[in-house]
Amino acid sequence: MAILALDSVNLIYQTEKDETEAVRDLTVSVDEGEFIALVGPSGCGKTTVLSMIAGLIKPTSGSVIIDGADADPSAGLVGYMLQRDNLFEWLTIEQNVLLGLSVRKTLNDENKSYALSMLEKYGLGEFRTHFPTQLSGGMRQRAALIRTLAFRPKILLLDEPFSAVDFQTRMTVCDDVYSIIKSEGKTAILVTHDISEAVSMADRVIVLTKRPATVKNIFSVDIDAPTPLKKRESPRFSEWFDRIWKEVL
Amino acid sequence: MKNNGKGSTLPAKIRNAKTPRELYLAKRRNYKISVILWRIGLFAAIIGLWELITAIGWMDSFITSSPSRIIKTMCEIAPAEIFKHIGFTLAECIIGFIAASGLGIVIAILLWRFARLRHILEPYIVVLNALPKIALGPIIIIWVGAGIQAIIVMTILICIIVTVISVLNGFMSVDEGKVFLLKSMGASQFQILTKLILPANVPSLVNMLKINVGLAWVGTIMGEYLVSTAGLGYMIIYGSQVFKMDIVMTSTVILCMLAAAMYLSVAAVEKAIKRRYHTD
Repeated sequence: MAILALDSVNLIYQTEKDETEAVRDLTVSVDEGEFIALVGPSGCGKTTVLSMIAGLIKPTSGSVIIDGADADPSAGLVGYMLQRDNLFEWLTIEQNVLLGLSVRKTLNDENKSYALSMLEKYGLGEFRTHFPTQLSGGMRQRAALIRTLAFRPKILLLDEPFSAVDFQTRMTVCDDVYSIIKSEGKTAILVTHDISEAVSMADRVIVLTKRPATVKNIFSVDIDAPTPLKKRESPRFSEWFDRIWKEVL
Repeated sequence: MKNNGKGSTLPAKIRNAKTPRELYLAKRRNYKISVILWRIGLFAAIIGLWELITAIGWMDSFITSSPSRIIKTMCEIAPAEIFKHIGFTLAECIIGFIAASGLGIVIAILLWRFARLRHILEPYIVVLNALPKIALGPIIIIWVGAGIQAIIVMTILICIIVTVISVLNGFMSVDEGKVFLLKSMGASQFQILTKLILPANVPSLVNMLKINVGLAWVGTIMGEYLVSTAGLGYMIIYGSQVFKMDIVMTSTVILCMLAAAMYLSVAAVEKAIKRRYHTD
């Protein structure tokens, strides 16, 4: 059963100057455990789609259903990871990771030890009491992911999470994030303008049209490799890249 | 970090030559010492020159007073008298400072939280900011009475508008991404305030306190010029009216020391908070 269903979603932005049709008749369904990438021309409203899934923007018409209920940020079903890690500089890594739990007032011993065990598992255990400025870009991004996972959302929204990381570390962070998401068995929706990133990470790539965004095409990427880096090495990678690249144009 | 001066001291001593690191540190230390010595020297020169010029009669110490006359005045006035004036001024200044800072933060929080209120009050704040608060002196005296309360109100008025504007500015410029993140976690406005807006603004709040220390002194002395029967501002006005420059200068010197002490204590708070909040 689909964990997330967008059904004929329309969104019209109103501003003083004019109204903008950002999303038109968007219908997408995502199964549990799937990794989806949304690609499309820049400014096509990819981030808007994520905001609707997070429940921060209500669609003008149509429905966004998560786990059988309307999208609502207070439900705690969705974890949002942004371009920049947005770690709070005045909090330690541990306090940062526990932020979601304390906002949701579910900071009990069990949840806390779950979050801290993830820090250990993904190599940040010894940096618990460090402050974000003392960590490298890749480590910060990992901490941001663990913060998102800590309150156990069912769906992860990744809004170009690697664009602020320098190119050298991007590949490894990409691998890190992918393997963490897969080993925690999460459903993920990645928004990116980087087609190679989309091809290397996603099970399905959804190509959106330019504004107003709607589904142009959906590709089930079937490269059989365990990690994004390995997928990039596969000969079928460039084949998929070309197909999707032409579609985005 | 491990390889600083300490680690290489011993071999350097044996070789009797300095490593680049040691040379650098020595240079830094000498520079700092020279700054401090110049400061002290400049102070001594000003005092010495002042004393000299008045002693040999180039300037009339009746007009300019002199360091020795200031010290003499300090000794002549009964300590109880001096402390009474210091006490008045200090109380007015500190009460005004705390009230203005506290109220200013509360108002800024309300304006941050309620956009409509912020938009409604915008022109009022602009006008109040542009208005020279000293012009309100007579109104304040009539409304709250001529006494210590009028001086405190004057102090608050001078500090509060700047406080509201600068604090609100800090609140509004908190990273949108962080606000968005908290919203996506389902945070309430109150949680956004307590978990993000306030802690993110600790450095700017401390900065505001530093500015307010200076402004509070302006308000207090202005207020005492207008209406007072005690305090350092009163002493200055009284001294000038009876043409006793010694009293004027002595009060000014005491004022300098008090203002410096208050500024230093706020700076100490800033240092402690910066360490605590890791904003360096």
